Amino acid sequence: MAELKRWQELPPGGLVTPGDAAQTHTGDWRTAGRPVVQYEQCVNCLLCWLYCPDSAVILEGTTLAGIDYDFCKGCELCVEVCPVGALAMSGERS
Amino acid sequence: MITAAPQLLTGGEAVAHAFRQIEPDVVPVYPITPQTPIIQTFSSMVADGQAHTAIVNVESEHSAMSAAIGSALAGARTVTATSSQGLALMTEVVYIAASMRAPIVMAVGNRALSGPINIHCDHSDSMLVRDSGVIQLFAENAQEAYDLTVMAPRIAEHPGVLLPVLVCQDGFTITHAAEPVTLLRDEEVRDFVGPYAIPQPALDARHPATRGPFAMPDYYFEFRRAQAAALEAALDVVFDVAHRFELLSGRRTGPYEGYRLQGADRVLVALGSSAGTVKDVVDELRDEGEPVGLLELRSFRPFPGRDLARLVHGVRTVIVLDRADSPGGAPPLAADVSFALRDSGVHVTSHVYGLGGRDLHPEEVRAVFSGDAPQYLGVRGGDPCRV
Repeated sequence: MAELKRWQELPPGGLVTPGDAAQTHTGDWRTAGRPVVQYEQCVNCLLCWLYCPDSAVILEGTTLAGIDYDFCKGCELCVEVCPVGALAMSGERS
Repeated sequence: MITAAPQLLTGGEAVAHAFRQIEPDVVPVYPITPQTPIIQTFSSMVADGQAHTAIVNVESEHSAMSAAIGSALAGARTVTATSSQGLALMTEVVYIAASMRAPIVMAVGNRALSGPINIHCDHSDSMLVRDSGVIQLFAENAQEAYDLTVMAPRIAEHPGVLLPVLVCQDGFTITHAAEPVTLLRDEEVRDFVGPYAIPQPALDARHPATRGPFAMPDYYFEFRRAQAAALEAALDVVFDVAHRFELLSGRRTGPYEGYRLQGADRVLVALGSSAGTVKDVVDELRDEGEPVGLLELRSFRPFPGRDLARLVHGVRTVIVLDRADSPGGAPPLAADVSFALRDSGVHVTSHVYGLGGRDLHPEEVRAVFSGDAPQYLGVRGGDPCRV
């Protein structure tokens, strides 16, 4: 979590400039489990990356490289769209 | 200094002239009595080519203020006007305008809130947005309504303020009553208000930003504290702009006016047109040897509490006249004055008057000064304890 600003440091009207949202780790809101990649089953179709509403699927080049749990809210959409069952929910929050 | 002769104008017409001279870019507005003559007169001026302004005829006051926020933050000088139920409908968005620091100027023709439905003056509509974070300036007469409106953009758009400014004038008593009003020359007003400039206009594509973001418990409080600080800082700006306006016009229309406070042992505090009535009564009582005075407040928000405490230092009694009530609690102006004087040892009394356009008579003001007046002035039936 980024350091919280004091009231004197807020811009008038609380303008949010590009990049500010990265400071808010919305993965903190995750209440149930988290998606975990089974790499041996993954065919690298990247549907999870395409569908993730929080851009929390990490790529290295064009290869699936994991889930960014700082921003994953645990919505399970990636698990739902994976055509080969390579994503499963783990019971652990983090 | 101006040499123009006074013209016979209603408060509504005077403010319409101020709008014409300010020449805002955008005016989203919905008609409501007694504000209507302001925008009706201004619309005629725009139609006649005397001002180049986009008037947006919106479907409600809620939409008027919503459009005003978008316009003001996009980078267009924006003005609107309303009264009573219109301000009530707008209230949700007035809070948001203040929070988003949108420097909108709004003329308010003060009118009682329903119910029962009524079109005449009291200040209950303004008091409804008391805590919204907007600046509220009250005029005593048509001249002050004009003067404060000319001052309003400079206050609203000051980089340390960036808040909506409401210029309030008593419905009918000021909006519809013709008085001699001295206008500045058009170019003087244009130079005085200057070009519209806000720190980061939304249409600046090189600096994109999200406006009006969601704030969780970790930030909402800091937002509100910053907003309170902007209001506190605004008082100095109101002083400064009033001083510059005085240099231009020769008229002193500052955050408050002390009237015959020298040696006074009783001082009345009031907002709006009633201050004019009270001044006459103060003159009469002074002629009779009574040491009484008036502190007329123009800036209700920000509230000049420390100045008030200094000005009435050593006074025996401060009498607060509220043209709005808070059923079951303290009337709004009395609450503010009492808080400002909490450590002063000054005795504070409170009266409610004039609800729904009930006139305030000089003899009632005399009774207030002599301590013989009921809590609710001019209402049939008197106080319960006196029955």
